[in-house]
Amino acid sequence: MTMEFSEHIKTANVDDVVLKLPLRPALKGTLCVTAHHLVFSERKEEGSYQLLLLLRSVDAIEKRMTGLSGSSGTIVIKCKDLRILQFDIPGMEECLNVASSIEALSSLESVTELYPFFHRPRELSLSEPWGLSSPQQQYAQTERLWDRWRLSKVNRNFSVCMSYPRTVIVPCAIDDITLAKAASFRQGGRFPVLCYYHRSNGMVIMRSSQPMTGANRKRCREDELLLQAAIDESEMGYIIDTRSAQQAQQARMAGGGFESKAFYHHWRRLHRHLERGKVLQESLIKLVEACGDPSQNMDRWLSKLENSKWLSHVHSALSTAGLVAECVERDGHSVLVHGFEGTDTTLLVTSLAQLILDPASRTFRGFLQLLEREWVQAGHPFRQRCAHSAHSHARLRQECPAFLLLLDATWQLGRQFPLALEFSEVLLLRLAQDAYASDYGTFLCSSEQERCALQVKENTHCLFQFLLRREEREKYVNPLYEATDLAIWPSVHPQSLQLWTGLFLRWTEYAQTMDEAREEIWTIVKERKETDRPKGCAHTTLSRHDSFTNVENLMDELTVL
Amino acid sequence: MMEHIRLPKVERVQLADRSSSRRAQVGTLYLTAFHTIFVDNEVHNELWVLHSLVCNVEKLSITSCGYPLLIRCKNFQVIQLLIPKENDCNDVFVSLLRLSRTERYEELYCFSFMPNVDKAARGQAWDFLNLKAEYNRMGVSNKLWHTTSVNREYRVCDTYPADLYVPKSASLPVIVGSSRFRSKGRFPTLSYYYRETQAVICRSSQPLSGFSARCLEDEQMLEAIMKSNPGSRFMYVVDTRPKLNAMANRATGKGYENEDNYTNIKFQFIGIENIHVMRNSQQKLIEVSDLPSPSMGEFLLGLETSDWLKHIKSILAAGTFIAKAVAEEGVSVLVHCSDGWDRTTQVCSLASVLLDPFYRTLKGLMVLIEKDWVSFGHKFSHRYGHVVEEPKEASPVIDQFLECVWQLMEQFPCAFEYNERFLISIYNHVHSCHYGNFICNSEKERKDLGIREKTHSLWPHLWKNKVDFVNPLFRADHSQTKGVLQPLTTPYCFKFWRGLYNHFDRGLHPRQSVLDSLMAIKEETQQLEEVLTIYQQKLAGVGREQANDLFVKKHGMKNSQGLWAEPTHIRLANSPQDYNGGNLVSGPKDLLPQQRKTNLDLSLFGDTSESSDPDNSDQESEGADFSCHSCSGGASPPSEDSVKDPDSDDPAFNNA
Repeated sequence: MTMEFSEHIKTANVDDVVLKLPLRPALKGTLCVTAHHLVFSERKEEGSYQLLLLLRSVDAIEKRMTGLSGSSGTIVIKCKDLRILQFDIPGMEECLNVASSIEALSSLESVTELYPFFHRPRELSLSEPWGLSSPQQQYAQTERLWDRWRLSKVNRNFSVCMSYPRTVIVPCAIDDITLAKAASFRQGGRFPVLCYYHRSNGMVIMRSSQPMTGANRKRCREDELLLQAAIDESEMGYIIDTRSAQQAQQARMAGGGFESKAFYHHWRRLHRHLERGKVLQESLIKLVEACGDPSQNMDRWLSKLENSKWLSHVHSALSTAGLVAECVERDGHSVLVHGFEGTDTTLLVTSLAQLILDPASRTFRGFLQLLEREWVQAGHPFRQRCAHSAHSHARLRQECPAFLLLLDATWQLGRQFPLALEFSEVLLLRLAQDAYASDYGTFLCSSEQERCALQVKENTHCLFQFLLRREEREKYVNPLYEATDLAIWPSVHPQSLQLWTGLFLRWTEYAQTMDEAREEIWTIVKERKETDRPKGCAHTTLSRHDSFTNVENLMDELTVL
Repeated sequence: MMEHIRLPKVERVQLADRSSSRRAQVGTLYLTAFHTIFVDNEVHNELWVLHSLVCNVEKLSITSCGYPLLIRCKNFQVIQLLIPKENDCNDVFVSLLRLSRTERYEELYCFSFMPNVDKAARGQAWDFLNLKAEYNRMGVSNKLWHTTSVNREYRVCDTYPADLYVPKSASLPVIVGSSRFRSKGRFPTLSYYYRETQAVICRSSQPLSGFSARCLEDEQMLEAIMKSNPGSRFMYVVDTRPKLNAMANRATGKGYENEDNYTNIKFQFIGIENIHVMRNSQQKLIEVSDLPSPSMGEFLLGLETSDWLKHIKSILAAGTFIAKAVAEEGVSVLVHCSDGWDRTTQVCSLASVLLDPFYRTLKGLMVLIEKDWVSFGHKFSHRYGHVVEEPKEASPVIDQFLECVWQLMEQFPCAFEYNERFLISIYNHVHSCHYGNFICNSEKERKDLGIREKTHSLWPHLWKNKVDFVNPLFRADHSQTKGVLQPLTTPYCFKFWRGLYNHFDRGLHPRQSVLDSLMAIKEETQQLEEVLTIYQQKLAGVGREQANDLFVKKHGMKNSQGLWAEPTHIRLANSPQDYNGGNLVSGPKDLLPQQRKTNLDLSLFGDTSESSDPDNSDQESEGADFSCHSCSGGASPPSEDSVKDPDSDDPAFNNA
């Protein structure tokens, strides 16, 4: 342990601590504070319970003195994965020390001090590849792109766009000098780049940030050329602006703006207002608060659910993505998506549209690749957005659950098309957890540039690679998966969208019976597989089955790790 | 009924698809004595709607293409027709209005429904469920409880069944005396006996206590019930009404038990609202589910304002209270409301579902409905408007019970042998008057009308189709299945029942069904197992390769396609929604013609498999002339190419 960490730990061990977890009887044991974890071990001869809680996953901590004249204390820990646990600690001083350690160690500022830089499991090696694919690979694999699209290294030093990867896919007709000029016209340098190629008709989805037209309607010839080159001369394209028309108009006062029809003749602009930033974060906070409300009052619940607006945001995300997909598949036109910075709602819409359209993104690997491409490499600022989740009383800075909203919308797709996704809800829950606090480096930084500067890829393990290992993968696949080549058009009627109980009620009894149902589905599917196999092979399935149930039993502990 | 049909057939009628912007189907409309039938011109798919399921018919304002008629059904199907000529529309309207308002029981469909079964088989079908056997299964008669003949010929209470179970210690005069002190003579009698604790659920109507009246026999009756549970020194009396309502009843000489007059009772109000409140609440809920394209906020607010889930929660909470008292405390409970045939029925049967895993099986739920609802005189014909009656009598009482069961199924996905379709089927048949089971308001009325002799029983029919109603996740030995269910009643556990209220809005449902998929897998497993056994026997010692060959062949076996089987293929109803919010980019104009055709065909197939009457193989014969279909095809599909130009900068701002 380095000096910096030990400074924060005044009391490392406390005995006779009582741990209260949701849905479990209280446990008595020893609590230990380490640099990155809280470790609780139950005092018991056999089968004792161990809790390993990543300190980074602590969202908020409350402490209060109890016992005679405050001789002992209680710490309530609210985790970013929405779990709430409570430690009753004998001794006021110990309690205060533990609490201050948790406060300090859960909010370390420096990325390289975080646990992923120390997580060294025996079965993984740092020399293994980090990440699943790169724009180069994506380009190389899509032969039909080669005609009209090229790979550009204009951003090789991150000098054109800080938040883009080094290589991007752009129209062949546009050279790097033009790109650089177009970039200077877009907020944060995020010029239009390709993110999806629709094989059946050659149309594409692109994304960018807003153009910096400003109050006096500035234009940029290079930007116009870039967009023009993305579509054939005779064609037209759609710009889906994730802001309301009014917001886009107002953005001009702050130097931003939108593509005016006068200069972008072949593009039609549609506005679909998606909330972002603080509004979304407050929505999440309200929803979580509603779910934790002990009141038995039905009116109160429904009005709180409505008031949180979370489901409305899910609705807007899915219907905007549906619109994009419809433009591409039904209308046969290319689409550019952007809002303000192009790092949040833009990515939400482009990735959901791909899930709707592209069967490849609905496979296990394909989905992780999609997330890598559209969120990690595309520069979603995970570090700021996922600094806190719903419990923190800290003043909100740049927190925003855009990624959580993507996972929720994906879950809704999975509900409506239960056979179409190769991964299950369990994967979405795992991702929801790791985006906020993780053993892995995948969600650590806010851009490729930052990842390079901090040598994240050299010094941490990649979550996506880890999840794809055979023994991990099995926990997260959808037993009912049947690949389909068709687009999956979600219903966006309010009756069709539901509260994601798996996430928001995860630590209640309600989620338990749902888990049992999921297990039952596995059993049914495995029974078929076993019958389907000639006798000789049956035992291998059986042992896999056993290991699976074991894994399921360990899930409780595992999810904490 | 034939004389009410002003017009047996109308051609070139359009059937609109309300849930999507898809083109209307053009076809011929037939009116028969019991059905409205729409036959599509192109693919000859048929839509059958029972007149008895129609709850209202409405003429809408004229459009350029004709005269629209809106038919709302009790199963929440809404059918919109467009009839070319005004006179025809009027005739259809008047005919339907009359045909859907049955005036006498004998006019109901069940009296004309003649499937091909002989008399003996019909009688057997009526004996499919045996309530005496059911009481035996529970554990009565025994040394404390026995069956009484007091209500033979329905002399004491004409809304109760003839066979009733009472404490052995309650003498005839006590029973009769107690019945005189209870509304409609509905004295306390056994509903469910819980073997493990010997505690019971009894049911009755309210006492005629007024402000101070007493009845010694009634007090003795309750004491007898209390004492017939050796495990407890007291019993609960649960009045399922809100206290205020019960107090108001005292002014009319009715009311509730005074704790001081009865030995060792604990009295409890539960506060379930009356049938009128429930009727209005459901009406609001239906309006919400029927909103054309509500925002999430509108929907949730509407759901809240309807109060529907609040009522569902209160009923489930009441059931839970009783189940706990009986199972955990081992205390007997007497349940009543006013007359003891609505709320009391809901709560007693729900508590039984929680207590007894048997009622979570297919057969068990049938028995439970037969016992608590049918035999105990739930007023089916009044509540569900089988014949023209006072509309204030109608109320969604069994709807709420079925919904509570559905809510439980959502909470305990492995605990029920039946699935949602079973509940919806029962729901439909409660309203359809297709079978005799739910006709009339009491056992006596049914006997007088000769229901057993003149109509058929639903239960064997459902049993025959049970493959469609089975929950693949059910396992008799699952921990959820065994013992008493302890549901959560936290508000977030209650959901809007899309499967019932939006049953016919195909676009709203998941496009692939977990249920069907699991059923298919299970069936396949079973078939493979059978093959395996056969081949193990046959080929003992022979090379394994041959057996493997067979597995491959057998693998693609067809699954049984019952009346509910909907193809799981996602093409079905899988088309883009209105993602544009009215600000249309363009319609599906680029859709290839064949594609468009496919969509249409599939949707039609879906319609027939869902909305037509499941039993139409046995239709009455006086059908209209099906052989002459018009080949008009003249109706032009409404233009879907209305491309607004949302682009130009300025109008776009106005949108915001």
